[in-house]
Amino acid sequence: MIVNRATSLRLVATSLLLLAAVDTVGAAEQYKAPRTSWGDPLIEGVYTNNTNVPFERPAKLGDKAFYTEQEYAARKNAPAVVETTTNPTDVHYQTADFDLDPEQNPMVRNPRTSILTQPANGRMPPLRADAQRRSDAARAAQQAHAFDSAQNRPLQERCLLWAHEGPPLRPVGYNTLVQLAQTRGYVVLMTEMIHDARVIPLAKSRPDFGGLKRWQGNSWGRWEGDTLVIETTGFSDQVTPRGSGVPMGPEGKVIEKITRTGPKSIRYEFTVSDPSLWDVPWGGEFPMELTDQPLFEYACHEGNYGLPNTLRGIRKEEQTSSRKPR
Amino acid sequence: MRVAAMARAVICTLALMACVECAWAQKAAIPRTSDGKPDLSGIWQALSTANWNLEPHTAVQGPLETLGAIGAVAPGIGVVEGGKIPYLASALPQRDANRARRRTEDPEAKCFMPGVPRATYLPYPLQIVQSDTGIMIVYEFAGAVRTIAMKKHTEAPVDSWMGFSNGHWEGDTLVVEVTGLNANWLDRSGNYASEARRVTERYTLTDADHIRYEATIDDSSVFSRPWTLRLPLYRRVEPGARLMDFRCVEFAEELMYGDLRKPGTRKSDASTGK
Repeated sequence: MIVNRATSLRLVATSLLLLAAVDTVGAAEQYKAPRTSWGDPLIEGVYTNNTNVPFERPAKLGDKAFYTEQEYAARKNAPAVVETTTNPTDVHYQTADFDLDPEQNPMVRNPRTSILTQPANGRMPPLRADAQRRSDAARAAQQAHAFDSAQNRPLQERCLLWAHEGPPLRPVGYNTLVQLAQTRGYVVLMTEMIHDARVIPLAKSRPDFGGLKRWQGNSWGRWEGDTLVIETTGFSDQVTPRGSGVPMGPEGKVIEKITRTGPKSIRYEFTVSDPSLWDVPWGGEFPMELTDQPLFEYACHEGNYGLPNTLRGIRKEEQTSSRKPR
Repeated sequence: MRVAAMARAVICTLALMACVECAWAQKAAIPRTSDGKPDLSGIWQALSTANWNLEPHTAVQGPLETLGAIGAVAPGIGVVEGGKIPYLASALPQRDANRARRRTEDPEAKCFMPGVPRATYLPYPLQIVQSDTGIMIVYEFAGAVRTIAMKKHTEAPVDSWMGFSNGHWEGDTLVVEVTGLNANWLDRSGNYASEARRVTERYTLTDADHIRYEATIDDSSVFSRPWTLRLPLYRRVEPGARLMDFRCVEFAEELMYGDLRKPGTRKSDASTGK
Protein backbone atom coordinates (compact mmCIF):
# COMPACT_ATOMS: atom_id res chain seq x y z
CA MET A 1 0.00 0.00 0.00
CA ILE A 2 1.34 3.38 -1.02
CA VAL A 3 0.63 6.16 1.39
CA ASN A 4 1.49 9.71 0.48
CA ARG A 5 2.34 12.40 3.05
CA ALA A 6 -1.13 14.01 3.08
CA THR A 7 -2.80 10.65 3.56
CA SER A 8 -0.53 9.77 6.42
CA LEU A 9 -1.21 13.12 8.10
CA ARG A 10 -4.94 12.46 7.78
CA LEU A 11 -4.46 8.99 9.21
CA VAL A 12 -2.50 10.37 12.17
CA ALA A 13 -5.11 13.06 12.79
CA THR A 14 -7.94 10.53 12.55
CA SER A 15 -6.12 8.19 14.93
CA LEU A 16 -5.61 11.01 17.43
CA LEU A 17 -9.28 11.94 17.19
CA LEU A 18 -10.27 8.32 17.70
CA LEU A 19 -7.95 8.04 20.68
CA ALA A 20 -9.45 11.21 22.13
CA ALA A 21 -12.95 9.83 21.65
CA VAL A 22 -12.02 6.54 23.29
CA ASP A 23 -10.44 8.51 26.09
CA THR A 24 -13.63 10.49 26.66
CA VAL A 25 -15.68 7.30 26.88
CA GLY A 26 -12.99 5.85 29.11
CA ALA A 27 -13.18 8.82 31.46
CA ALA A 28 -16.92 8.35 31.88
CA GLU A 29 -16.47 4.64 32.39
CA GLN A 30 -13.63 5.11 34.79
CA TYR A 31 -15.29 7.56 37.13
CA LYS A 32 -13.43 7.11 40.37
CA ALA A 33 -15.99 6.69 43.09
CA PRO A 34 -15.26 8.23 46.47
CA ARG A 35 -14.46 5.72 49.17
CA THR A 36 -16.00 4.73 52.47
CA SER A 37 -13.76 5.11 55.50
CA TRP A 38 -12.88 1.43 55.17
CA GLY A 39 -11.95 1.76 51.51
CA ASP A 40 -14.93 0.39 49.55
CA PRO A 41 -16.38 2.43 46.68
CA LEU A 42 -19.13 4.63 48.08
CA ILE A 43 -22.56 3.79 46.64
CA GLU A 44 -24.69 4.64 49.67
CA GLY A 45 -27.72 6.84 49.23
CA VAL A 46 -31.34 7.05 48.15
CA TYR A 47 -31.79 6.67 44.39
CA THR A 48 -34.69 6.85 41.97
CA ASN A 49 -35.04 4.71 38.87
CA ASN A 50 -38.16 6.46 37.59
CA THR A 51 -38.26 5.88 33.86
CA ASN A 52 -40.49 5.63 30.83
CA VAL A 53 -38.26 3.05 29.19
CA PRO A 54 -40.24 -0.20 28.90
CA PHE A 55 -38.78 -3.41 30.23
CA GLU A 56 -39.14 -5.11 26.85
CA ARG A 57 -38.45 -3.29 23.60
CA PRO A 58 -41.36 -2.66 21.23
CA ALA A 59 -41.02 -5.40 18.59
CA LYS A 60 -41.06 -2.89 15.73
CA LEU A 61 -37.71 -1.47 16.92
CA GLY A 62 -35.89 -4.75 16.30
CA ASP A 63 -32.28 -4.56 17.49
CA LYS A 64 -32.27 -0.76 17.83
CA ALA A 65 -30.96 -0.33 21.36
CA PHE A 66 -30.90 3.50 21.61
CA TYR A 67 -33.12 6.35 20.49
CA THR A 68 -31.53 9.21 18.61
CA GLU A 69 -31.37 12.54 20.43
CA GLN A 70 -34.38 13.77 18.46
CA GLU A 71 -36.37 10.62 19.17
CA TYR A 72 -35.45 10.77 22.83
CA ALA A 73 -36.49 14.41 23.10
CA ALA A 74 -39.81 13.59 21.45
CA ARG A 75 -40.70 10.87 23.95
CA LYS A 76 -39.07 12.03 27.13
CA ASN A 77 -42.41 13.17 28.54
CA ALA A 78 -44.12 9.89 27.81
CA PRO A 79 -45.74 8.35 30.87
CA ALA A 80 -43.68 6.31 33.23
CA VAL A 81 -43.97 2.58 32.88
CA VAL A 82 -46.28 1.31 35.57
CA GLU A 83 -45.53 -2.34 35.60
CA THR A 84 -46.85 -3.50 38.90
CA THR A 85 -48.43 -6.67 37.73
CA THR A 86 -48.52 -9.15 34.91
CA ASN A 87 -52.11 -10.06 35.67
CA PRO A 88 -54.24 -8.59 32.86
CA THR A 89 -57.40 -8.69 35.00
CA ASP A 90 -56.01 -6.27 37.56
CA VAL A 91 -57.33 -2.73 37.54
CA HIS A 92 -54.87 -0.04 38.50
CA TYR A 93 -55.46 3.38 39.93
CA GLN A 94 -54.65 6.71 38.30
CA THR A 95 -51.07 7.58 39.23
CA ALA A 96 -51.78 11.29 38.81
CA ASP A 97 -54.06 11.10 41.86
CA PHE A 98 -50.99 10.45 43.94
CA ASP A 99 -48.59 12.96 42.37
CA LEU A 100 -46.89 10.13 40.57
CA ASP A 101 -47.18 11.18 36.94
CA PRO A 102 -43.98 11.90 35.02
CA GLU A 103 -44.33 15.65 35.19
CA GLN A 104 -44.80 15.30 38.94
CA ASN A 105 -41.61 13.32 39.41
CA PRO A 106 -38.18 13.62 37.85
CA MET A 107 -37.31 10.97 35.29
CA VAL A 108 -33.82 9.50 35.04
CA ARG A 109 -32.27 10.18 31.63
CA ASN A 110 -32.01 6.94 29.69
CA PRO A 111 -31.96 6.93 25.88
CA ARG A 112 -32.30 3.15 25.70
CA THR A 113 -35.29 1.65 23.95
CA SER A 114 -35.68 -1.09 26.57
CA ILE A 115 -34.37 -2.11 29.97
CA LEU A 116 -33.62 -5.54 28.52
CA THR A 117 -30.42 -5.55 26.48
CA GLN A 118 -29.85 -9.28 26.27
CA PRO A 119 -31.01 -10.94 23.99
CA ALA A 120 -30.15 -8.28 21.40
CA ASN A 121 -33.79 -7.73 20.42
CA GLY A 122 -34.52 -6.54 23.96
CA ARG A 123 -37.32 -9.06 24.46
CA MET A 124 -37.71 -11.94 26.84
CA PRO A 125 -36.53 -15.24 25.39
CA PRO A 126 -39.26 -17.89 25.13
CA LEU A 127 -39.59 -20.43 27.88
CA ARG A 128 -38.30 -23.90 27.08
CA ALA A 129 -41.12 -26.12 25.83
CA ASP A 130 -41.24 -28.25 28.99
CA ALA A 131 -41.17 -25.14 31.18
CA GLN A 132 -44.00 -23.63 29.10
CA ARG A 133 -46.11 -26.73 29.70
CA ARG A 134 -45.51 -26.50 33.45
CA SER A 135 -46.24 -22.79 33.34
CA ASP A 136 -49.55 -23.30 31.50
CA ALA A 137 -50.59 -25.98 33.98
CA ALA A 138 -49.70 -23.78 36.97
CA ARG A 139 -51.63 -20.86 35.53
CA ALA A 140 -54.69 -22.99 34.83
CA ALA A 141 -54.62 -24.39 38.36
CA GLN A 142 -54.26 -20.89 39.81
CA GLN A 143 -57.11 -19.50 37.77
CA ALA A 144 -59.42 -22.36 38.73
CA HIS A 145 -59.16 -21.32 42.36
CA ALA A 146 -58.11 -17.69 41.96
CA PHE A 147 -60.56 -16.28 44.53
CA ASP A 148 -60.92 -19.17 46.95
CA SER A 149 -58.87 -17.53 49.69
CA ALA A 150 -56.15 -14.99 50.42
CA GLN A 151 -53.56 -17.68 49.85
CA ASN A 152 -54.74 -18.07 46.25
CA ARG A 153 -54.08 -14.45 45.33
CA PRO A 154 -50.80 -13.28 43.74
CA LEU A 155 -47.86 -12.60 46.06
CA GLN A 156 -47.89 -8.85 45.59
CA GLU A 157 -51.63 -8.59 46.22
CA ARG A 158 -50.87 -10.35 49.52
CA CYS A 159 -48.00 -7.92 50.22
CA LEU A 160 -45.50 -10.76 50.41
CA LEU A 161 -43.18 -9.77 47.58
CA TRP A 162 -43.50 -7.40 44.67
CA ALA A 163 -42.09 -8.55 41.36
CA HIS A 164 -40.02 -5.40 40.75
CA GLU A 165 -38.04 -5.96 43.96
CA GLY A 166 -36.28 -8.90 42.38
CA PRO A 167 -33.56 -9.71 42.19
CA PRO A 168 -33.27 -8.54 39.55
CA LEU A 169 -34.49 -5.10 40.52
CA ARG A 170 -36.73 -3.42 37.95
CA PRO A 171 -38.07 0.12 37.55
CA VAL A 172 -41.69 0.11 38.67
CA GLY A 173 -43.15 3.45 37.63
CA TYR A 174 -44.03 4.86 41.04
CA ASN A 175 -42.57 4.64 44.53
CA THR A 176 -39.35 4.18 42.64
CA LEU A 177 -36.86 4.86 45.41
CA VAL A 178 -34.09 2.42 46.24
CA GLN A 179 -31.88 2.92 49.27
CA LEU A 180 -28.36 1.53 49.43
CA ALA A 181 -26.64 1.34 52.81
CA GLN A 182 -23.08 0.23 53.45
CA THR A 183 -21.10 -0.96 56.39
CA ARG A 184 -17.93 -2.97 56.65
CA GLY A 185 -18.76 -6.40 55.20
CA TYR A 186 -22.34 -5.68 54.11
CA VAL A 187 -24.38 -3.77 51.58
CA VAL A 188 -28.14 -3.37 52.06
CA LEU A 189 -30.45 -2.82 49.10
CA MET A 190 -33.86 -1.59 50.22
CA THR A 191 -36.77 -0.94 47.90
CA GLU A 192 -39.30 1.71 48.92
CA MET A 193 -42.11 -0.55 47.77
CA ILE A 194 -42.57 -2.74 49.83
CA HIS A 195 -39.83 -1.87 52.35
CA ASP A 196 -37.82 -5.04 51.74
CA ALA A 197 -34.21 -4.71 52.83
CA ARG A 198 -31.91 -7.28 51.25
CA VAL A 199 -28.85 -7.59 53.47
CA ILE A 200 -25.98 -8.69 51.24
CA PRO A 201 -22.84 -10.05 52.90
CA LEU A 202 -19.56 -9.25 51.14
CA ALA A 203 -17.15 -12.17 50.83
CA LYS A 204 -14.37 -13.58 48.68
CA SER A 205 -16.36 -16.71 47.91
CA ARG A 206 -19.94 -17.84 48.26
CA PRO A 207 -20.89 -18.16 51.93
CA ASP A 208 -22.56 -21.35 53.13
CA PHE A 209 -26.28 -20.60 53.19
CA GLY A 210 -27.12 -24.04 54.52
CA GLY A 211 -29.16 -25.02 51.47
CA LEU A 212 -32.05 -22.85 52.63
CA LYS A 213 -34.17 -20.98 50.13
CA ARG A 214 -35.35 -17.40 50.57
CA TRP A 215 -38.01 -15.21 49.03
CA GLN A 216 -35.36 -13.05 47.35
CA GLY A 217 -32.78 -15.81 47.22
CA ASN A 218 -29.45 -15.95 49.02
CA SER A 219 -27.36 -12.99 47.89
CA TRP A 220 -23.67 -12.37 48.44
CA GLY A 221 -21.42 -9.75 46.95
CA ARG A 222 -17.86 -8.86 46.13
CA TRP A 223 -16.10 -5.83 44.73
CA GLU A 224 -14.54 -6.20 41.28
CA GLY A 225 -12.70 -2.91 40.97
CA ASP A 226 -15.34 -0.24 41.48
CA THR A 227 -18.22 -2.57 40.64
CA LEU A 228 -20.22 -4.40 43.26
CA VAL A 229 -21.07 -7.84 41.89
CA ILE A 230 -23.95 -9.61 43.62
CA GLU A 231 -24.73 -13.26 43.01
CA THR A 232 -28.07 -14.71 44.09
CA THR A 233 -29.27 -18.30 44.08
CA GLY A 234 -31.70 -20.37 46.13
CA PHE A 235 -35.04 -18.67 45.47
CA SER A 236 -38.23 -19.74 47.23
CA ASP A 237 -40.47 -22.07 45.25
CA GLN A 238 -43.25 -19.54 45.80
CA VAL A 239 -41.43 -17.00 43.63
CA THR A 240 -41.65 -17.20 39.86
CA PRO A 241 -39.33 -15.14 37.70
CA ARG A 242 -40.81 -12.74 35.20
CA GLY A 243 -43.41 -14.27 32.92
CA SER A 244 -42.50 -17.85 33.80
CA GLY A 245 -45.29 -18.82 36.15
CA VAL A 246 -43.03 -21.51 37.63
CA PRO A 247 -40.16 -21.33 40.11
CA MET A 248 -36.49 -21.35 39.23
CA GLY A 249 -34.64 -24.65 39.01
CA PRO A 250 -31.61 -25.57 41.12
CA GLU A 251 -29.22 -23.86 38.70
CA GLY A 252 -31.18 -20.63 38.55
CA LYS A 253 -29.00 -17.60 39.20
CA VAL A 254 -29.14 -13.80 39.12
CA ILE A 255 -26.03 -11.67 38.77
CA GLU A 256 -26.34 -7.96 39.54
CA LYS A 257 -23.69 -5.29 39.09
CA ILE A 258 -23.77 -1.86 40.67
CA THR A 259 -21.27 0.74 39.52
CA ARG A 260 -21.10 4.37 40.46
CA THR A 261 -20.89 6.33 37.22
CA GLY A 262 -20.82 9.88 38.49
CA PRO A 263 -21.27 12.10 41.54
CA LYS A 264 -25.02 11.42 41.55
CA SER A 265 -25.52 8.33 39.44
CA ILE A 266 -25.09 4.59 39.46
CA ARG A 267 -25.59 1.93 36.82
CA TYR A 268 -27.49 -1.23 37.69
CA GLU A 269 -26.92 -4.28 35.48
CA PHE A 270 -28.42 -7.73 35.75
CA THR A 271 -28.27 -11.16 34.13
CA VAL A 272 -30.69 -14.00 34.82
CA SER A 273 -29.95 -17.57 33.86
CA ASP A 274 -31.76 -20.82 34.49
CA PRO A 275 -31.29 -23.75 32.10
CA SER A 276 -34.52 -25.30 33.34
CA LEU A 277 -36.53 -22.33 32.09
CA TRP A 278 -34.66 -20.63 29.22
CA ASP A 279 -32.10 -21.78 26.66
CA VAL A 280 -30.32 -18.44 26.88
CA PRO A 281 -29.72 -15.96 29.71
CA TRP A 282 -31.44 -12.59 29.68
CA GLY A 283 -30.44 -9.31 31.22
CA GLY A 284 -30.28 -5.58 30.99
CA GLU A 285 -29.36 -2.36 32.72
CA PHE A 286 -30.70 1.00 33.80
CA PRO A 287 -29.35 4.11 35.51
CA MET A 288 -30.38 5.37 38.92
CA GLU A 289 -29.88 8.88 40.30
CA LEU A 290 -29.38 10.14 43.81
CA THR A 291 -32.36 12.03 45.11
CA ASP A 292 -33.14 14.32 48.02
CA GLN A 293 -36.70 13.03 48.12
CA PRO A 294 -37.64 11.50 51.45
CA LEU A 295 -38.24 7.78 51.40
CA PHE A 296 -41.55 6.99 53.05
CA GLU A 297 -42.59 3.76 54.66
CA TYR A 298 -44.68 1.74 52.23
CA ALA A 299 -46.77 -0.25 54.71
CA CYS A 300 -48.33 -2.62 52.20
CA HIS A 301 -49.84 -5.31 54.42
CA GLU A 302 -50.94 -2.96 57.17
CA GLY A 303 -52.99 -0.96 54.68
CA ASN A 304 -54.14 -3.85 52.55
CA TYR A 305 -57.85 -3.24 52.17
CA GLY A 306 -57.83 -4.47 48.57
CA LEU A 307 -57.31 -8.13 49.37
CA PRO A 308 -60.13 -8.61 51.90
CA ASN A 309 -62.46 -6.41 49.88
CA THR A 310 -61.81 -8.48 46.77
CA LEU A 311 -62.62 -11.69 48.62
CA ARG A 312 -65.60 -10.07 50.33
CA GLY A 313 -66.95 -9.00 46.95
CA ILE A 314 -66.54 -12.46 45.49
CA ARG A 315 -68.26 -14.11 48.46
CA LYS A 316 -71.10 -11.61 48.18
CA GLU A 317 -71.39 -12.28 44.48
CA GLU A 318 -71.54 -16.01 45.14
CA GLN A 319 -74.37 -15.49 47.60
CA THR A 320 -76.42 -13.21 45.38
CA SER A 321 -75.64 -14.48 41.90
CA SER A 322 -77.74 -17.15 40.29
CA ARG A 323 -74.54 -18.40 38.69
CA LYS A 324 -72.62 -21.21 40.25
CA PRO A 325 -69.83 -20.16 42.61
CA ARG A 326 -66.53 -19.49 40.88
CA MET B 1 13.54 -7.05 106.40
CA ARG B 2 11.13 -4.21 107.04
CA VAL B 3 12.44 -2.36 103.97
CA ALA B 4 12.13 -5.49 101.88
CA ALA B 5 8.57 -6.04 103.08
CA MET B 6 7.69 -2.46 102.30
CA ALA B 7 9.19 -2.81 98.83
CA ARG B 8 7.16 -5.95 98.24
CA ALA B 9 4.00 -4.14 99.35
CA VAL B 10 4.70 -1.27 96.98
CA ILE B 11 5.39 -3.63 94.13
CA CYS B 12 2.18 -5.56 94.87
CA THR B 13 0.18 -2.33 95.01
CA LEU B 14 1.63 -1.17 91.70
CA ALA B 15 0.90 -4.56 90.14
CA LEU B 16 -2.68 -4.42 91.44
CA MET B 17 -3.12 -0.94 90.04
CA ALA B 18 -1.78 -2.13 86.72
CA CYS B 19 -4.27 -5.01 86.77
CA VAL B 20 -7.16 -2.65 87.49
CA GLU B 21 -5.99 -0.38 84.68
CA CYS B 22 -5.73 -3.41 82.44
CA ALA B 23 -9.22 -4.59 83.37
CA TRP B 24 -10.60 -1.08 82.77
CA ALA B 25 -8.94 -0.95 79.42
CA GLN B 26 -10.44 -4.34 78.54
CA LYS B 27 -13.88 -3.21 79.65
CA ALA B 28 -13.64 -0.16 77.46
CA ALA B 29 -12.53 -2.19 74.45
CA ILE B 30 -15.49 -1.76 72.14
CA PRO B 31 -15.42 -1.69 68.36
CA ARG B 32 -15.12 1.79 66.94
CA THR B 33 -15.46 3.38 63.54
CA SER B 34 -12.63 5.27 61.93
CA ASP B 35 -13.88 8.53 63.47
CA GLY B 36 -13.74 7.01 66.94
CA LYS B 37 -17.48 6.53 67.45
CA PRO B 38 -18.72 3.21 68.86
CA ASP B 39 -19.46 0.80 66.01
CA LEU B 40 -22.85 -0.77 66.67
CA SER B 41 -22.82 -2.76 63.44
CA GLY B 42 -23.81 -6.36 63.86
CA ILE B 43 -26.67 -8.75 64.44
CA TRP B 44 -28.29 -8.34 67.85
CA GLN B 45 -31.15 -9.89 69.75
CA ALA B 46 -32.91 -9.42 73.07
CA LEU B 47 -32.92 -12.40 75.41
CA SER B 48 -35.98 -11.50 77.39
CA THR B 49 -39.69 -12.16 77.88
CA ALA B 50 -40.39 -8.43 77.61
CA ASN B 51 -42.46 -9.05 74.50
CA TRP B 52 -44.87 -11.16 76.58
CA ASN B 53 -45.17 -8.44 79.21
CA LEU B 54 -42.94 -5.46 79.92
CA GLU B 55 -43.86 -5.53 83.60
CA PRO B 56 -42.73 -8.22 86.06
CA HIS B 57 -44.94 -11.28 85.54
CA THR B 58 -45.23 -14.90 86.48
CA ALA B 59 -45.91 -17.67 84.00
CA VAL B 60 -49.57 -17.88 83.01
CA GLN B 61 -51.71 -19.57 80.39
CA GLY B 62 -51.14 -18.08 76.95
CA PRO B 63 -53.76 -16.68 74.59
CA LEU B 64 -54.41 -20.07 72.97
CA GLU B 65 -54.61 -22.90 75.47
CA THR B 66 -54.87 -25.56 72.78
CA LEU B 67 -51.15 -25.01 72.17
CA GLY B 68 -50.41 -26.41 75.63
CA ALA B 69 -47.17 -25.37 77.25
CA ILE B 70 -45.84 -24.15 73.90
CA GLY B 71 -48.25 -21.23 74.08
CA ALA B 72 -47.73 -20.38 77.74
CA VAL B 73 -46.57 -16.94 78.81
CA ALA B 74 -42.97 -17.32 79.98
CA PRO B 75 -42.17 -15.52 83.25
CA GLY B 76 -40.03 -12.43 83.41
CA ILE B 77 -38.54 -10.01 85.95
CA GLY B 78 -39.71 -7.07 83.87
CA VAL B 79 -37.81 -4.36 82.03
CA VAL B 80 -39.64 -1.23 83.22
CA GLU B 81 -37.72 1.09 85.51
CA GLY B 82 -39.59 0.96 88.82
CA GLY B 83 -41.55 -2.10 87.70
CA LYS B 84 -44.90 -0.55 86.74
CA ILE B 85 -45.93 1.39 83.68
CA PRO B 86 -47.46 4.66 84.96
CA TYR B 87 -50.80 4.55 83.16
CA LEU B 88 -53.34 7.31 83.58
CA ALA B 89 -56.42 5.87 85.23
CA SER B 90 -58.36 6.78 82.11
CA ALA B 91 -56.00 4.77 79.92
CA LEU B 92 -56.06 1.48 81.82
CA PRO B 93 -59.38 0.17 80.46
CA GLN B 94 -57.89 0.21 76.97
CA ARG B 95 -54.94 -1.88 78.15
CA ASP B 96 -57.31 -4.38 79.72
CA ALA B 97 -59.50 -4.51 76.63
CA ASN B 98 -56.41 -5.13 74.51
CA ARG B 99 -55.35 -7.92 76.83
CA ALA B 100 -58.74 -9.61 76.64
CA ARG B 101 -58.58 -9.66 72.82
CA ARG B 102 -54.88 -10.28 72.39
CA ARG B 103 -55.20 -13.52 70.41
CA THR B 104 -56.81 -11.74 67.50
CA GLU B 105 -56.00 -8.06 68.00
CA ASP B 106 -52.30 -7.95 68.87
CA PRO B 107 -50.63 -6.26 65.87
CA GLU B 108 -47.88 -8.87 66.17
CA ALA B 109 -50.44 -11.60 65.48
CA LYS B 110 -51.48 -9.67 62.37
CA CYS B 111 -47.86 -9.26 61.26
CA PHE B 112 -48.04 -5.48 61.43
CA MET B 113 -44.78 -3.59 61.78
CA PRO B 114 -44.04 -3.43 65.51
CA GLY B 115 -42.97 0.19 65.89
CA VAL B 116 -40.44 1.48 68.38
CA PRO B 117 -39.42 0.24 70.90
CA ARG B 118 -41.22 -3.10 70.49
CA ALA B 119 -39.21 -4.01 67.39
CA THR B 120 -36.12 -4.16 69.57
CA TYR B 121 -37.30 -6.83 72.02
CA LEU B 122 -39.36 -9.04 69.76
CA PRO B 123 -37.90 -12.57 69.82
CA TYR B 124 -36.24 -12.02 66.44
CA PRO B 125 -32.82 -10.61 65.60
CA LEU B 126 -32.13 -7.19 64.16
CA GLN B 127 -29.12 -5.97 62.21
CA ILE B 128 -27.55 -2.57 62.70
CA VAL B 129 -25.85 -1.25 59.57
CA GLN B 130 -23.69 1.71 60.58
CA SER B 131 -22.03 3.66 57.83
CA ASP B 132 -20.03 6.87 57.74
CA THR B 133 -23.15 8.98 57.37
CA GLY B 134 -26.12 7.15 58.82
CA ILE B 135 -27.47 4.09 60.53
CA MET B 136 -30.02 1.63 59.23
CA ILE B 137 -31.69 -0.99 61.40
CA VAL B 138 -33.14 -4.01 59.64
CA TYR B 139 -35.49 -6.22 61.66
CA GLU B 140 -36.20 -9.83 60.86
CA PHE B 141 -39.84 -9.51 61.93
CA ALA B 142 -42.17 -8.43 59.13
CA GLY B 143 -39.36 -6.90 57.09
CA ALA B 144 -39.47 -3.80 59.27
CA VAL B 145 -36.65 -1.36 58.61
CA ARG B 146 -35.79 2.18 59.57
CA THR B 147 -33.08 4.71 58.85
CA ILE B 148 -31.65 6.87 61.62
CA ALA B 149 -30.70 10.25 60.22
CA MET B 150 -27.43 11.34 61.85
CA LYS B 151 -26.73 14.48 59.85
CA LYS B 152 -29.87 15.84 58.22
CA HIS B 153 -32.53 15.67 60.90
CA THR B 154 -36.09 15.65 59.60
CA GLU B 155 -39.40 16.07 61.35
CA ALA B 156 -41.87 13.30 60.65
CA PRO B 157 -44.17 14.63 57.89
CA VAL B 158 -46.74 11.92 58.56
CA ASP B 159 -47.21 9.09 61.05
CA SER B 160 -45.88 5.67 60.13
CA TRP B 161 -45.39 2.29 61.75
CA MET B 162 -41.66 2.65 62.36
CA GLY B 163 -41.68 6.42 62.74
CA PHE B 164 -39.01 8.97 61.87
CA SER B 165 -35.68 8.62 63.67
CA ASN B 166 -33.09 11.34 64.26
CA GLY B 167 -29.89 10.35 66.02
CA HIS B 168 -26.89 11.94 67.69
CA TRP B 169 -24.04 10.84 69.92
CA GLU B 170 -23.81 11.74 73.59
CA GLY B 171 -20.34 10.52 74.43
CA ASP B 172 -20.35 6.82 73.56
CA THR B 173 -24.16 6.56 73.57
CA LEU B 174 -26.26 6.72 70.44
CA VAL B 175 -29.39 8.71 71.27
CA VAL B 176 -32.31 8.40 68.86
CA GLU B 177 -35.42 10.56 68.98
CA VAL B 178 -38.36 8.78 67.36
CA THR B 179 -41.55 10.62 66.44
CA GLY B 180 -44.39 10.18 64.00
CA LEU B 181 -45.23 6.68 65.24
CA ASN B 182 -48.67 5.16 64.76
CA ALA B 183 -50.48 4.06 67.90
CA ASN B 184 -49.32 0.54 68.63
CA TRP B 185 -49.07 -2.19 71.22
CA LEU B 186 -45.90 -2.50 73.26
CA ASP B 187 -46.18 -6.21 74.12
CA ARG B 188 -48.47 -9.24 73.93
CA SER B 189 -50.20 -8.21 77.18
CA GLY B 190 -51.95 -5.25 75.63
CA ASN B 191 -49.66 -2.53 76.96
CA TYR B 192 -49.84 0.26 74.43
CA ALA B 193 -48.94 3.82 73.51
CA SER B 194 -50.69 6.38 71.38
CA GLU B 195 -49.64 8.15 68.21
CA ALA B 196 -48.71 11.14 70.36
CA ARG B 197 -45.71 9.40 71.88
CA ARG B 198 -42.11 10.46 71.59
CA VAL B 199 -39.59 7.72 72.15
CA THR B 200 -36.01 8.45 73.12
CA GLU B 201 -33.75 5.46 72.61
CA ARG B 202 -30.25 5.08 73.99
CA TYR B 203 -27.85 2.47 72.62
CA THR B 204 -24.61 1.98 74.60
CA LEU B 205 -22.04 -0.72 73.90
CA THR B 206 -20.98 -2.06 77.30
CA ASP B 207 -18.44 -4.35 75.66
CA ALA B 208 -17.91 -5.76 72.19
CA ASP B 209 -20.91 -8.11 72.38
CA HIS B 210 -23.52 -6.30 74.50
CA ILE B 211 -25.62 -3.19 74.04
CA ARG B 212 -27.43 -1.55 76.92
CA TYR B 213 -30.73 -0.51 75.34
CA GLU B 214 -33.01 2.06 76.92
CA ALA B 215 -36.20 3.59 75.64
CA THR B 216 -38.02 6.43 77.35
CA ILE B 217 -41.66 6.82 76.31
CA ASP B 218 -43.26 10.21 76.68
CA ASP B 219 -47.00 10.07 75.98
CA SER B 220 -49.10 12.28 78.19
CA SER B 221 -52.35 10.99 76.69
CA VAL B 222 -51.71 7.51 78.12
CA PHE B 223 -49.11 7.86 80.90
CA SER B 224 -48.85 10.11 83.96
CA ARG B 225 -45.13 10.70 83.33
CA PRO B 226 -42.39 9.63 80.93
CA TRP B 227 -41.09 6.14 81.77
CA THR B 228 -38.13 4.05 80.76
CA LEU B 229 -37.59 0.43 79.83
CA ARG B 230 -34.11 -1.05 79.80
CA LEU B 231 -32.68 -4.37 78.66
CA PRO B 232 -29.48 -5.77 77.17
CA LEU B 233 -29.08 -6.77 73.54
CA TYR B 234 -26.75 -9.65 72.81
CA ARG B 235 -24.60 -9.99 69.73
CA ARG B 236 -25.39 -13.10 67.68
CA VAL B 237 -21.92 -14.58 67.60
CA GLU B 238 -22.51 -17.97 66.00
CA PRO B 239 -20.76 -18.53 62.64
CA GLY B 240 -23.09 -17.81 59.75
CA ALA B 241 -25.46 -15.75 61.88
CA ARG B 242 -27.71 -13.72 59.59
CA LEU B 243 -31.20 -12.33 59.37
CA MET B 244 -33.53 -14.90 57.90
CA ASP B 245 -36.91 -14.40 56.20
CA PHE B 246 -39.84 -13.90 58.50
CA ARG B 247 -42.44 -12.54 56.09
CA CYS B 248 -45.15 -13.26 58.55
CA VAL B 249 -48.02 -12.13 56.33
CA GLU B 250 -48.53 -15.69 55.17
CA PHE B 251 -48.94 -16.80 58.79
CA ALA B 252 -51.48 -14.06 59.55
CA GLU B 253 -53.75 -14.51 56.55
CA GLU B 254 -55.96 -17.23 58.00
CA LEU B 255 -56.42 -15.18 61.18
CA MET B 256 -57.23 -12.01 59.26
CA TYR B 257 -59.02 -13.26 56.18
CA GLY B 258 -60.08 -16.80 57.06
CA ASP B 259 -63.73 -15.75 57.31
CA LEU B 260 -63.56 -14.71 53.64
CA ARG B 261 -62.42 -18.12 52.45
CA LYS B 262 -64.71 -19.85 49.96
CA PRO B 263 -67.07 -22.13 51.88
CA GLY B 264 -66.01 -25.73 51.77
CA THR B 265 -62.34 -25.05 51.07
CA ARG B 266 -59.63 -25.66 53.57
CA LYS B 267 -56.17 -24.15 53.77
CA SER B 268 -54.64 -27.42 52.63
CA ASP B 269 -56.74 -27.24 49.46
CA ALA B 270 -55.37 -23.85 48.51
CA SER B 271 -52.09 -24.88 47.06
CA THR B 272 -52.20 -23.00 43.81
CA GLY B 273 -51.63 -19.45 44.90
CA LYS B 274 -48.42 -20.16 46.67
